[in-house]
Amino acid sequence: MAGKRYLVGIFGDEDIVLGAAESVRKKDVKIQEVYCPYPVHGLDHALGYDRPRMGVPAFFFGLTGTSLAFLLTFWTMGWDWPMNVGGKNFIPFPTNIPIVFELTVLLAAFGMSFTFFLTEGLGPTAKPVIFDERSTDDKFAMAIDLSKNKISDEEITQILKEAGAEEVNVKEV
Amino acid sequence: MSSVVSPIREHLVTNGKTHHDVTEDICRHVEAKPTKEWKIAFTICLIILVYGTFWVLRTWWEGLGVWGLNKTVGWAWDITNFVWWVGIGHAGTLISAILLLFRQKWRTSVNRAAEAMTIFAVICAASFIVMHMGRPWLAYWALPFPNTFGSLWVNFNSPLVWDVFAISTYFSVSCLFWYIGMVPDLATIRDRATGIRKTIYGILSLGWTGGAKTWARYEDVSLILSGLSTPLVLSVHTIVSFDFATSVIPGWHTTIFPPYFVAGAIFSGFAMVQNLMLITRVVYKLEDYITLEHISLMNKIITLTGSIVGIAYITEFFIAAYSGVEYEKYAFLNRATGPLWWSYAAMMTCNVLSPQVFWSAKLRKNIVLSFVIAVIVNIGMWFERFVIIVTSLHRDYLPSSWTYFTPRMGDIGDYVFSFGLFGTLFLLFSKFLPVINMAEVKAVLKSSSERKPGDKH
Repeated sequence: MAGKRYLVGIFGDEDIVLGAAESVRKKDVKIQEVYCPYPVHGLDHALGYDRPRMGVPAFFFGLTGTSLAFLLTFWTMGWDWPMNVGGKNFIPFPTNIPIVFELTVLLAAFGMSFTFFLTEGLGPTAKPVIFDERSTDDKFAMAIDLSKNKISDEEITQILKEAGAEEVNVKEV
Repeated sequence: MSSVVSPIREHLVTNGKTHHDVTEDICRHVEAKPTKEWKIAFTICLIILVYGTFWVLRTWWEGLGVWGLNKTVGWAWDITNFVWWVGIGHAGTLISAILLLFRQKWRTSVNRAAEAMTIFAVICAASFIVMHMGRPWLAYWALPFPNTFGSLWVNFNSPLVWDVFAISTYFSVSCLFWYIGMVPDLATIRDRATGIRKTIYGILSLGWTGGAKTWARYEDVSLILSGLSTPLVLSVHTIVSFDFATSVIPGWHTTIFPPYFVAGAIFSGFAMVQNLMLITRVVYKLEDYITLEHISLMNKIITLTGSIVGIAYITEFFIAAYSGVEYEKYAFLNRATGPLWWSYAAMMTCNVLSPQVFWSAKLRKNIVLSFVIAVIVNIGMWFERFVIIVTSLHRDYLPSSWTYFTPRMGDIGDYVFSFGLFGTLFLLFSKFLPVINMAEVKAVLKSSSERKPGDKH
């Protein structure tokens, strides 16, 4: 089955791939993605991605946690079954802070992490497309979708080589 | 192309390791058959675990009478062990979260093992709560659920309920943090594996490919998780200290408890990490990743936190004297000079005096000494909890009910159980999962690795 054809440029150094991402994009080549064995700072910027905003889901899930915890403690202790504990208020705000804090952190952490899994398509049943197995070891793989580029294969290969690619492979997915 | 290498800081990775060497050195242990040493160690831990399990089952079968508790001392080894293990469990999150926020690059070689240790230590701690329940099948009563007799809920004013929430949140978030940190490394193992191993590590690595966008979000997630875990880790031991501090027992009812407990937790946790690191480093030949510099930095933190708990011990004494409260004054005088004086002396010597040897830069890099001091520190921290708990209880308000505490085989057997459990879990981890965070070490390799002469990378 003939699927999409990709050109995969293999780079051996983080600084070279960082420069290559910029220079290749300047020559109007659309990069599908650069696969790295470890995070390279500035690469997302060089590829023109937006700043990651994982804080947004974290904040809203955290807020949900806070509200649910207040609801739980106030409703159970003050409304559903009011308990007289040492003559304290039925809704003892300060003594609920630990519960509220813990549930805020719990929901924020899990909510954000599962949002991350969802947006990145990560999960135990995920079937990843691996362009080059060395990209989790020590090489950087720059994948270029040929169907989305109008420039010819040879030219792109040349551009990648000029940008510092050690090798350029064709991969069908 | 070379990047800036600090001429002042010591190298975090020595011997000119390349990125591929990192993969090889760490994956080798996951891929190879278990070594003879590993098998021997695993067998020993399993035997200890089985012996301990016998005592845990006996504790449940016969009741808490197998412990040495008496009418005056109603809390002793069980809660001592619980607090001790939870405290040890703090180092992992501290190393991975707080040191990440402070941009300490040396954490990269240590954080994975430390986080694993955190999780196993919290499991050990939780096992003491369940043991102490006596009827473990009713453990769910600690959770807020409307029971069948009416809607009677748990008491949210109680520090013990706070503890349930704090420990379970801490455990869940630690597992999450640990696992997310491990996903890229599991993908590395997946891409090297074949057959059934490829399938297993393929499922475990959640389909990670390491795209630049994923990495950017991943780093954002790590940073925010650190930001969330930092107050979390401080809150957990604060809440553990509330178990004591919110009571009205002289010796427990002190406002210094939360910071003092947190410092003690970091202290004992780092000592445990130090022990495990020193063993792993030798057995797995990781001297180039866990360098003398790492050991020295760990020792600095041990000395700092040891001195903080030292100040806390002295402050407690001063405040007891200054308060003018007879009961408080007696509780502390009894701690230092009463029938359990030896435990107080052990605590003071192990925790306050012993780490002071690390003021010498040469001794900080002495491996044998670092190991010995780390063991001593954990003995001392166990005694700290014993001192706080038992010496505050054994001579209460009524001299006719004054007693002494002597542990029985049940106490010892249950404590042995936790060591068996911890050792077994840690050995399984060190065999099947990468003990060092490969991706993070690779990321600091260029700026912090020692070059061989003529090395170009």
